[in-house]
Amino acid sequence: MSDIALRTEELSVWYGSTQAVKEITLDVPKNQVVAFIGPSGCGKSTLLRCFNRMNDLIPVARVGGKVLFGGANLYDEAVDPVEVRRRIGMVFQKPNPFPKTIYENVAFGLRINGFTGNLDEQVERSLRAAAIWDEVKDRLQDSALGLSGGQQQRLCIARALAVEPEILLMDEPASALDPIATSRIEDLIAELKTDYTIVIVTHNMQQAARVSDLTAFLYLGELIEYGVTQRLFTNPTEERTEQYITGRFG
Amino acid sequence: MSVSLPGAGQERFRPRLARRHRTGRIFRYLCLASIAFSVAVLIALLVDVAVDGLRWLSLDFLTRYPSRIPARAGIKSAILGSLWMMGLTAAMSFPLGVGAAIYLEEYSKKNRLTGLIQTNIANLAGVPSIVYGILGLAIFVRYLGFGRSVLAGAATLALLVLPVVIISAQEAIRAVPTSLREAAYGVGATRWQTVRHHVLPVAMPGILTGMILSLSRAIGETAPLIMIGALTFIAFPPTSPMDPFTVLPIQIFNWTAKPQAEFHELAAGAIIVLLVVLLLMNASAIVMRNRYRARRDQ
Repeated sequence: MSDIALRTEELSVWYGSTQAVKEITLDVPKNQVVAFIGPSGCGKSTLLRCFNRMNDLIPVARVGGKVLFGGANLYDEAVDPVEVRRRIGMVFQKPNPFPKTIYENVAFGLRINGFTGNLDEQVERSLRAAAIWDEVKDRLQDSALGLSGGQQQRLCIARALAVEPEILLMDEPASALDPIATSRIEDLIAELKTDYTIVIVTHNMQQAARVSDLTAFLYLGELIEYGVTQRLFTNPTEERTEQYITGRFG
Repeated sequence: MSVSLPGAGQERFRPRLARRHRTGRIFRYLCLASIAFSVAVLIALLVDVAVDGLRWLSLDFLTRYPSRIPARAGIKSAILGSLWMMGLTAAMSFPLGVGAAIYLEEYSKKNRLTGLIQTNIANLAGVPSIVYGILGLAIFVRYLGFGRSVLAGAATLALLVLPVVIISAQEAIRAVPTSLREAAYGVGATRWQTVRHHVLPVAMPGILTGMILSLSRAIGETAPLIMIGALTFIAFPPTSPMDPFTVLPIQIFNWTAKPQAEFHELAAGAIIVLLVVLLLMNASAIVMRNRYRARRDQ
């Protein structure tokens, strides 16, 4: 149990009257990379956004079931989503740096969460962890909007890491990037695994195969199959998984 | 256009290029005519006013108080009244309007009640200004006992421009991309921290644009101020919000109502001053807006 970072129990999400996620139960083990794959609209992003209560921001979204994090249900009345989002960080599909300086992008989360350590050191540490320090160390006071797409995305990863989350959620983090920037992000994921638990949504099956330890295949809101990535890609037990990974639908 | 590109198999299309381009040209000239008409009317007005009023413009005109003798008349009290009025109107409508817009966009649930409120704000923007004057007279002048003061006038004008301030601020806030809010929430920001540090700074140039347009309307308003009892003859400058006042449009209205031709020319002079004040106000607001934008994008 102690090596489980996150567990969902019969988790469902409705948008109005349509059910986007259907009673999904799964475990996310610590210090592993878990990939969610599936065709567009299968509910993989919606599921991911339950893990840090991002769905709270969508007025019509309703969540049922449990998301357990260290024994506590994230959807419990007593749990503050603001606290959840610091402990479980998120990187989005499109790089979304703040229109502020590179330094401010990383420092913002520290300031608002009452970080008591040395701000400069933590900013540097986060930028190093996101493998972007060498590219930005001489222009920390420049606007983050002047960076390339790939650099912006790594800055967003640094911003998420700065507040020391235990889990990092990544929603198709490389889908807006070119192949070189993509491979840098993938390398980074492999490095971050030592310190963080990572859940990544991707529509790119090769990427899932390259970066993840475990893969979950979702289809029409249901969890079809979940298992060790290599096994799932080479020897899927479900017919729909096989059809999807061999490209026969999706 | 008459030269066709070489190639076979084109007979399935009848492009009628000449005709399509002609339609395009006609539309272009129609648009040009529209803008030419608007500019011509504006220039005609400006020339007419300048011919009548320019020779009255002098430092004396700006620093003297109104007088029954045209040669001694000035608009000092009207200019000061207008400045007081604009300052107080802005001070009241900006926080109220932006606050209401933030609540509607960032906090309120989208339900039937907020929909009703929204519709009513839009409707209020179309209510004739004289109606606001009646409201101001009943509430500010009489009920709250502000009297015929600068404060009562400014409060009335603030109510008048509030719908436009709210709607334009809402538009500006709505234009802030959701991804930016998600980024802030994603690192554990509260709603207020997200609004304060990210949504408002990005929306501020748009909010200021709405504010400029609203004040430009307020500075030209006459009817509601006459309604609440602004005086037309003020021989001293307002020194506090509770003083009686006049404003430039009322002074203009008053002079044009007189039979003597000299007063009509004085009115033209005051119109020029009003236009200049308006231009200065807009220019300073644009400078402010650009500075905000530059700081944001640095």
